Amino acid sequence: MVEKRPLLDFITHAVLIVGAFVIAFPLYVTFVASTLSLDEIMSVPMPLLPGSHFVENYSQVLFAGSTTGSQEAVLSMLLNSTVMALAVPLGKITISILSSFAIVYFRFPLRNFFFWMIFVTLMLPVEVRIIPTFKVMADLGLLNTYAGLTLPLIASATATFLFRQFFMTIPDELAEAARMDGAGPMRFFWDVVVPLSKTTMAALFVIQFIYGWNQYLWPLLIASDESMYTVVIGIKRMIVGGDAANEWNLIMATAMLAMLPPGTRGNRKMSEQ
Amino acid sequence: MEKRVVFRSAWLPYVLLAPQLAITVVFFFWPAGQAIWYSFQLQDAFGLQSEFVGFDNFTSLFADPHYLESFKTTAVFSVAVAGLGIMISLLLATMADRVVRGALIYKTVLIWPYAVAAAVAGVLWAFLFAPSIGIVTFVLKGFGIDWNWIINGDQAMLLIIIASVWKQISYNFLFFLAGLQSIPKSLIEAAAIDGAGPARRFWTIVLPLLSPTAFFLLVVNIVYAFFDTFGVIDATTQGGPAQATQILVYKVYHDGVKAADIGGSSAQSVILMIIVIALTAVQFKYIERKVQY
Amino acid sequence: MKFRKLAAALFTAGIFAAPAAQAVTEIQWWHSMGGALGEALNGLANKFNESQAEYKVVPVYKGQYPESMTAAIAAFRAGNAPHMLQVFEVGTATMMAAKGAIVPVAKVMKDAKEPFDQNAYLPTVTGYYSDLKGNMLSFPFNSSTVMFYINKDAFRKAGLEPVAPKTWKEFLVAAEKLKAAGQQCVYTTSWPSWMHIENFSAWHNVPIGTKQNGMGGLDTEFTINSPLHVRHVAMLGDMAKKGLFTYAGRTNQGDAKFYSGECAMFSGSAGAQAGIKKAAKFDWSINFIPYHDDVKGAPQNSIIGGASLWVMGGKNRKAVEYKGVAKFLAFLSQPKIQMEWHTTTGYVPITRGAYELTRATGFYEKNPGADMPVKQLTNKPPTANSKGLRFGNFVQGREVIEEELEAVFAGKKDAKTAMNDAVKRGNAILRKFQAANK
Repeated sequence: MVEKRPLLDFITHAVLIVGAFVIAFPLYVTFVASTLSLDEIMSVPMPLLPGSHFVENYSQVLFAGSTTGSQEAVLSMLLNSTVMALAVPLGKITISILSSFAIVYFRFPLRNFFFWMIFVTLMLPVEVRIIPTFKVMADLGLLNTYAGLTLPLIASATATFLFRQFFMTIPDELAEAARMDGAGPMRFFWDVVVPLSKTTMAALFVIQFIYGWNQYLWPLLIASDESMYTVVIGIKRMIVGGDAANEWNLIMATAMLAMLPPGTRGNRKMSEQ
Repeated sequence: MEKRVVFRSAWLPYVLLAPQLAITVVFFFWPAGQAIWYSFQLQDAFGLQSEFVGFDNFTSLFADPHYLESFKTTAVFSVAVAGLGIMISLLLATMADRVVRGALIYKTVLIWPYAVAAAVAGVLWAFLFAPSIGIVTFVLKGFGIDWNWIINGDQAMLLIIIASVWKQISYNFLFFLAGLQSIPKSLIEAAAIDGAGPARRFWTIVLPLLSPTAFFLLVVNIVYAFFDTFGVIDATTQGGPAQATQILVYKVYHDGVKAADIGGSSAQSVILMIIVIALTAVQFKYIERKVQY
Repeated sequence: MKFRKLAAALFTAGIFAAPAAQAVTEIQWWHSMGGALGEALNGLANKFNESQAEYKVVPVYKGQYPESMTAAIAAFRAGNAPHMLQVFEVGTATMMAAKGAIVPVAKVMKDAKEPFDQNAYLPTVTGYYSDLKGNMLSFPFNSSTVMFYINKDAFRKAGLEPVAPKTWKEFLVAAEKLKAAGQQCVYTTSWPSWMHIENFSAWHNVPIGTKQNGMGGLDTEFTINSPLHVRHVAMLGDMAKKGLFTYAGRTNQGDAKFYSGECAMFSGSAGAQAGIKKAAKFDWSINFIPYHDDVKGAPQNSIIGGASLWVMGGKNRKAVEYKGVAKFLAFLSQPKIQMEWHTTTGYVPITRGAYELTRATGFYEKNPGADMPVKQLTNKPPTANSKGLRFGNFVQGREVIEEELEAVFAGKKDAKTAMNDAVKRGNAILRKFQAANK
């Protein structure tokens, strides 16, 4: 800090406290609601201190699901979410590191054409081509499968770009040396490129884990079978009617469960920085 | 920028590229091509009959006041989300950059919503604002405000804006904080010695230096408001009441999936693609500039 | 995981089926009955499966009505549609127009030589699901209608007789009194278009659309901007402004507002009874919906909602599969089975036999009001205006109506403009459907 300004310090803290309060309030209410009974939530205004139904609510959703909406146990939804949140980053990293390696370290016919093909996908988010993509999945028989859930989300230009960018910074001398030693391209890939890319991979993994975990539209379409629901979809399916018809205590418990895994990952990432 | 040292192989690069290309072709080009093809057709829901109708789907879209309304809704929504999101997070980041005590706690709290799914964010806020049981609704009633977004379109819009901004603040905050921390302290100190107060320093030094970050965030936030807020809307207003919150992406989904109007929905997809391509072009022009400077 | 489950299921099925020389023919049944209704439905399938060894009905829950319909459409396009699909009433015209995708139930039954008496069904039900020649196209399964409920305790508190108002005039008087007595929410409704446009029209014997509410042909047009419609919608808009009517949303959100005690009067599905019985901590009653007493012929009869079962075709369908479907539908139409479904779910008994049988068991004495829906449906012999309705893409059409209603309730449009707009926009949808289904 450059100089002492008590008033400004006060304002600074005031702004931050208000900001943090507004940001944290919905999360806090969610947690409180997940520990109350439905009757307690329905009594307006609901209590703002945690209740005594924590174990009851969480074990109900984890093992039995809601009673009015989707009756799939949230545990199986968490499993589906985990599969999706792992498959998307792993798949993405694998295909992207390979393709960017090819694009950066080889000269071959149609190289630019392929590069642009991948590049163009940046412009086509899943949201704008839902109907035809759904049809393609139906044609391939991939509805309600893990492959259907993850494959279309794996292809993305962003990861390819990141790797390409990073490969450009690898000194040419390393490749030169590898060639001198008579190492083939794949040997160079495994021994030099992959170990060097670890930080990039880790960063990508965290971001894509959250991306995969939080997917909504795609699983909504592809998973019509309850056993394939992810936890984010599950929450939506527990909302069946108006305010009073929903089992808000269970919905909020599920919301807590849906927020924890990506939350802890995200925050670990932040503390690394 | 090209590598000087390269390997040679007649087949290896193709093999390496194959997985990504296969997925790209199957899940991007094929569907995108079909979207274009369907957009020129009139089909029944079951695909039993289809007829080539030229630009009919497009002309009927632009003759539909609700489609044009949807552009306006999207514009209002994305400007609000991007504008509010950027301003609030800039304020918070500037403040967080100043503090020493409690900095970690503030940052941890402010970053949390980044990891929350859009749909979950929607559910949380819908719960707080629920017309009959919401805790915020209760407080508003105390102030004499009748809150019911189920029927009041403006309130519904406000709700999805709040939920969307809340979720996006963390992301913006992180980028602004990083931007602020990369501003050389010597620059600020020099200005302070010259007698510039904190407000003046902010406007004359900090803000101009942050403008590339702000511009980047503007594009990111608009794209976010366009597409990634689908979950927020579907979990709360579902485009209602009376289409007050039906942004373009939601309409594509609604018309295609719920109303089974394949041709009309595909035509909307094609229009959206054109918009996204334009947005991407703007973004790249900017990135190119940044690279040159 | 799904494959493994499937494999396991097939494996077990294989073991148990082994003693029988012939393979069991599986009949896929996609439905949208969640929760307790789903259990009741599974019970029916199990009962059928135990009753014979040749066929096995496999019920699959596919999400809510629009979702299971979308899923079935996609599956049909991909060449593996289910044998039977439960479709809600607004999807009827869409299914009916898909001639290549569906097989009329009457034909399925005839081909399989299964007994099937269309006259056993209530005329309002048959009318809804038959073509003009009187052939039943789909199999009525869960039918309900819209009813009017009141919270008797709230009435007493406001110094009113705990009797439901019969006419809208009486309704307004009661509403004012409830409001004056401090009732926060006086009236709410579920399914606004179904209640205040579709059933409203039938109840007052006025058309919703030309060509017998669309049953006479695809070139139908909406007529819901008639003076009577406008007057009714204007009345609702006025009520909303005065705080006598609280809008709850487009689907069944109104149900909870009533059974939580928030609203004193409520219109919603006959199927809402189950939820009210479970949750309401007050004295309530189920009644006929109100009518405008200056309209000649009112009250007529109300129309049904709910869903029917459609038999879906496909290139690889074998005759034996249709036969299985026919057997199952014949099983479902038995009065005893119908009664079981009616009494466990609260849906309307749709055959006369089931109604009589239920009455004979004394069910209605034990559950007063449980026969109100069927009485309202058969209040008078149905006319061209009260047989039902059949509009193409009515999923979309109903949404248009609801949007316009919302605009009135929010005070953004006057009733006349809104209903004119609803007709204009609704007709555009009908024309598009007509063009796509020549």
